[in-house]
Amino acid sequence: MAGADLLITGARIVDPEAGTVEDGHVLIEDGRISEITSEIGPRLTERVAPENRVEAGGKMLAPGIVDIGVKVCEPGERHKESYKTAGAAAAAGGVTTLVTRPDTDPVIDTPEALEFIRRRGQEAAPVRVLPMAALTKGRAGTEMTELGFLLDAGAVAFTDCDRVIADTRVLTRALTYAQGLGALVIGHPQEPGLSRGAAATSGKFASLRGLPAVSPMAERMGLDRDIALVEMTGVRYHADQITTIRALPALERAKRNGFDVTAGTSIHHLTLNELDLADYRTFFKVKPPLRSEEDRQAVIEAVRSGLIDTISSMHTPQDEESKRLPFEEAASGAVGLETMLPVLLRLYHSGELELPALFRALSLNPARRLGLEAGRMAKGAPADLMLFDPDKPFILDRFKLLSKSKNTPFDNARLQGRVLMTLVGGRVVYRAG
Amino acid sequence: MRFDQRHLLGIESLRPDEITTLLDLADRYATLNRSRQKRSGILSGLTQINMFFENSTRTQASFELAGKRLGADVMSMAMGASSIKKGETLIDTALTLNAMHPDLLVVRHPNSGAVDLLAQKVNCAVVNAGDGRHEHPTQALLDALTIRRAKGRLHRLTVAICGDIAHSRVARSNLLLLHKMENRVRLVGPPTLMPAGIEDFGVEVYHDMEEGLRDADVVMMLRLQRERMDGGFIPSEREYFYRYGLDAEKLSVAKPDAIVMHPGPMNRGVEIDGTIADDINRSVIQEQVEMGVAVRMAALDLLARNLRARPTELTA
Repeated sequence: MAGADLLITGARIVDPEAGTVEDGHVLIEDGRISEITSEIGPRLTERVAPENRVEAGGKMLAPGIVDIGVKVCEPGERHKESYKTAGAAAAAGGVTTLVTRPDTDPVIDTPEALEFIRRRGQEAAPVRVLPMAALTKGRAGTEMTELGFLLDAGAVAFTDCDRVIADTRVLTRALTYAQGLGALVIGHPQEPGLSRGAAATSGKFASLRGLPAVSPMAERMGLDRDIALVEMTGVRYHADQITTIRALPALERAKRNGFDVTAGTSIHHLTLNELDLADYRTFFKVKPPLRSEEDRQAVIEAVRSGLIDTISSMHTPQDEESKRLPFEEAASGAVGLETMLPVLLRLYHSGELELPALFRALSLNPARRLGLEAGRMAKGAPADLMLFDPDKPFILDRFKLLSKSKNTPFDNARLQGRVLMTLVGGRVVYRAG
Repeated sequence: MRFDQRHLLGIESLRPDEITTLLDLADRYATLNRSRQKRSGILSGLTQINMFFENSTRTQASFELAGKRLGADVMSMAMGASSIKKGETLIDTALTLNAMHPDLLVVRHPNSGAVDLLAQKVNCAVVNAGDGRHEHPTQALLDALTIRRAKGRLHRLTVAICGDIAHSRVARSNLLLLHKMENRVRLVGPPTLMPAGIEDFGVEVYHDMEEGLRDADVVMMLRLQRERMDGGFIPSEREYFYRYGLDAEKLSVAKPDAIVMHPGPMNRGVEIDGTIADDINRSVIQEQVEMGVAVRMAALDLLARNLRARPTELTA
């Protein structure tokens, strides 16, 4: 997959490990970063052909995004998204690794299905595709999948996605078995009884709109339960999305006690709140539902402090038909691969999040959690990189997105920041036109 | 005297002066309705379609009568049985309707926000006849008119709304309207039937009915849906009646001239004692039904005027 050797000069290099943003030049050889230096000279320039030199002009160079929890609708709903379109959208968004969800139709719960996904990803997407597999067959929460075979076939993690396994006996056995394999399990912390049928977060706004709603406490209850089972089984556990202030102390405690627990959050919960639903705007219906402003602020702070480890787009393509329905009946989810960087840069421009902290959560931590080499700005690391201009203003037009589905809540939003170039294994997979 | 709405989707978007405009006009229609010649030709030539995606007898009849008295061609469609069962989406229904060129569309739907969605897709004026747990604006307006006629004013009154607040669109719309008109609103009921976030509504919440009714000018009872009585939200029907059913004893702590209201249909012996409901000195329940027709006539009239004031929209 390695392209020609490449020299990127005059970049502002975002290093999430060191926590720095510094001027420098990067030499890429055999698909990997072979040198990062602040001094340019013939020693470097002579090693690559002139046409393979990229002058960054002071733009930002950062490790590509490793996005955990992307829904590509193959198999089953290719009219919503395929590996080709998801791959193109990812490349345009600076996402160099797609970690895909198994909640397709059929569910990715056999080694054969996983093999199909891997092959489709390799042939159709220009970025890396790493599949996750279901923890229970058909995501039904009753029998565990062939975790060992699936792991051998390349599953990077196991998850039933937004379907919470309510039967704790089934879950405990699956976690115990997964622990024996050293596998990573990704949970969706929600108390299923409380959250059944909910379309919004309970509170004044949902009550005025007359929407069925769930208390934010349901997230903490789900997390508390999962953490207790982690303590019991010793499994490696990652919570897909922590979105409420009340869940944070439980997470903090679990980490302090030394459990192998990490947590993510989504771009939506970092940048939107429940009031954005306004008059039943279904493009803002996500799972878990958008929260209060107090929750949003707390989640930003948790990303800054490192308590929340990762940020995902939770890319979930939905066609117009599934969204043009009364709010309760409309499908959940939003596309996010192409929008995640500019949307998150709002937090950078408002001074809430520095770039190294942002890329720690977007690239470094997710890669580490999955045991990948990517996500780092260091000699020897794979050259999965993105060059971006953090300031370029634009108005988002959802019909210009490369995703097949256009269900973004950021249509017509004024955003800043665009990806100029994306590299995967040193190969240019996207260059802004 | 202004009314600037294209649709009547909820109380939330109305200004106090628009509410007053509508009630003043409804008062005149109430007089017309009591006269021998009840017909006006003001909507003559216009088509009104009533679409009820949820069963209703009283509201549908009230809208039908209102439209007919104003001279519109009125058609009622019971949607519950037909197209939604066949999988037609609300949007397709809207497109089908557009092709029939209605001028006024009256919609009830079991999902909150569904009427708003429909209103975005049709080219006529839309009246919300109740959407999920969201709003039921004409009910709140007819309640307001009833209160105003009984009390002589619609401000600085203490109104106790009692019962299943959480699932009630009537309660939401009434709450919003009474707030806009500067009244003191109390919500009375068991905590399981109170909506979340109630503490942020700017209302007083009572779980003890007698405390909640003390010195109230208006006692507004809500219907308790039978399916909520199965132990899910309240332990039993008889316990509910004992604690929250309106009887003479509980009513005695309200003001001596307090009026009793109920949107109907009543569960006698569950939320309201039959003798209270029938007490012509206290109960204005019959008057509410009467005002319902008048308020709906006023709403249809005002929306139709705005329709004519927008001349070119439909020609495209």
